[in-house]
Amino acid sequence: MDNVSANLYPLLKQVVGYIFPNEIELHWNLLIVVYPYITGLVAGAFILASLVKVFKVREVQPTYRLSLLTALAFLIVAPLPLVVHLGHPERGFEMFLTPSTSSAMAMFGFVYAWYLMFVLLLEIWFDYRHDLVVRASTEKGLKRLLYRVLSLFSHDISMKAVLFDKKAVNIITIIGIPSAFLLHGYVGFIFGSVKANPWWSSVLMPIVFLFSAIVSGIALMLLIYMIVSLVRKMEPDMACLDKLASFLFYMMIVDFALEGLDFVHRVYQSEESIQILSQLISQRLFVSLVVLQLLLGMLVPLFTIGATKVFRPPDELRRLIYFISALLVQLGIFTTRWNVVMGGQLFSKSFRGLTAYKITLGGLEGLLVSLGFLILPFLILFILIRVLPPWGEFEEEASQ
Amino acid sequence: MKKRDEEAVNKGRRGFCKFVLLGTCSLIIPGAAFGVTQKKPAAGAWYGTTYKPTEHLYGMGIQVDRCIGCGRCVDACKKENNVPDEPFYFRTWVERYVIAEDGEVTVDSPNGGRDGFKGPISEKRVLKSFFVPKICNQCEKPPCVQVCPVGATYKTQDGVILVDPEWCVGCRYCIQACPYGMRFLHPKTRTAEKCTFCYHRIVKGLNPACVEVCPTQARVFGELGKIASPLSRFRRVNKISVLKPHLNTEPKVFYADLDMEVR
Repeated sequence: MDNVSANLYPLLKQVVGYIFPNEIELHWNLLIVVYPYITGLVAGAFILASLVKVFKVREVQPTYRLSLLTALAFLIVAPLPLVVHLGHPERGFEMFLTPSTSSAMAMFGFVYAWYLMFVLLLEIWFDYRHDLVVRASTEKGLKRLLYRVLSLFSHDISMKAVLFDKKAVNIITIIGIPSAFLLHGYVGFIFGSVKANPWWSSVLMPIVFLFSAIVSGIALMLLIYMIVSLVRKMEPDMACLDKLASFLFYMMIVDFALEGLDFVHRVYQSEESIQILSQLISQRLFVSLVVLQLLLGMLVPLFTIGATKVFRPPDELRRLIYFISALLVQLGIFTTRWNVVMGGQLFSKSFRGLTAYKITLGGLEGLLVSLGFLILPFLILFILIRVLPPWGEFEEEASQ
Repeated sequence: MKKRDEEAVNKGRRGFCKFVLLGTCSLIIPGAAFGVTQKKPAAGAWYGTTYKPTEHLYGMGIQVDRCIGCGRCVDACKKENNVPDEPFYFRTWVERYVIAEDGEVTVDSPNGGRDGFKGPISEKRVLKSFFVPKICNQCEKPPCVQVCPVGATYKTQDGVILVDPEWCVGCRYCIQACPYGMRFLHPKTRTAEKCTFCYHRIVKGLNPACVEVCPTQARVFGELGKIASPLSRFRRVNKISVLKPHLNTEPKVFYADLDMEVR
């Protein structure tokens, strides 16, 4: 007997009610939870960056470049869990070569390529071009070559050229916002368009995904900015943190409202699936949905950040509250992805029973690999920050 | 001199933009064109010289009241199509419904019904009980085909939904999209699998294995387009329903005497 089948036998005992015989194997596992989580962070971080350029929110300027690099680091990792999850990863490229135009999933490659090539890389290149040219002329040896290559051998840093760079960045950001919306809204559509699955099938799904993405992206940048400041032994800019926390707060309210609407809508319409879905929540998702996602991941941070707005505690305490709140938000958004992906597979399409999921530690679809995919973006970000420092002497000049 | 430099840079930048644009297009356009024009190799292999898929449109009728739950169809299907023996992989299965007097519905399908059904599953006084064979509905509007990102699963001209195991990437979107739980991932080949109506048999004019072995003729296989076919007669003389009609998948498996509890 193969490994997959051997792992399924113990699950038979955990089935409640009746499920179709083929439904015992859960097909989209932890890796597919990680995928929308990471893409959400990309979209969220980018939208935060665009606040600076398009909406001229000056306070969050210190996070601008950091957000772009974070988005890039996570975007590089985003397709990996998908490819690893395939039954035949070696055929993954077929999605580019023979895409089926009717398939939402087939569009992933194109949305991804568009976002990576035309939005993120271009924006970062134009934003850093001046720095790269300067660096190429000051560094020596291999480093010099690296920066020459990164600057694509351009060397003009005249006022006119730099102004053109700025203009390009602005235009790309304007194109980038709908692209970021597309990137993550699209991920929501992959789930929301499955009419066979009442837990997923919702027109609100792309919108809920989008706003939860923005929430997770802002919270992530709050965390990264604070940690980076700590490592650099610098005081984080309090106005920036306050603004980030404010945006986080408002976006969470929108997200909460949307998810609440989805919930009320389902309960009020009370379609044939309502009974199994309520069983799903009470018997399978209670901890991850009610305790982690709703209470710890949403209500507690809303309350704590809201309290800082009212009571204005001293900077030190406010920073601590922001940090813990942002951590909780990350936990909440991760469990949101978990609840969507897993929740949709834990009940039978016969609407008569529930199945179970057991995480394995090892193996390609195990916990360790998924953890690896969650850590990898931070390593990439570390390298990116080394190569393209988002601060320093060049920053001042470029931001003028 | 400076001006010339500037021009050169501007030109370089424009060149760079063009390079990126053309590069991406060269990646996308041939792929897309290839994808649109690609003929599925499996389709050509199935069709011999005499068999004309355009002359057929297959479907199945299931007379629920005739099914005795012996499970021979499940067994025959597994043997005919090399379906893994483990109780997690089925191209067809049989469900037992027991409806108690108080309205409580209990359903089971131990090992897909392959070994028959033993013992009562409800302690309550039984109002009615019946067996329901399940099989891929070979939908006219198949959600599995719609979602397949590489076109590995497709509808043949004679109306059967097939999977090309050489093409399937194993993303399992089709398994999620099937409202009837009819698909599974083969544990060895790591590609999606499903009922083919025993395509290798029907192109030779034979019945699918499950139909062949059914001792009560609960399953009727045949042509939907021909008025004299047994299936057309089945649809004419019975009151017919399909599973989950509200999903608009337009199944080509038709049930007679179907209870409203069956999903």
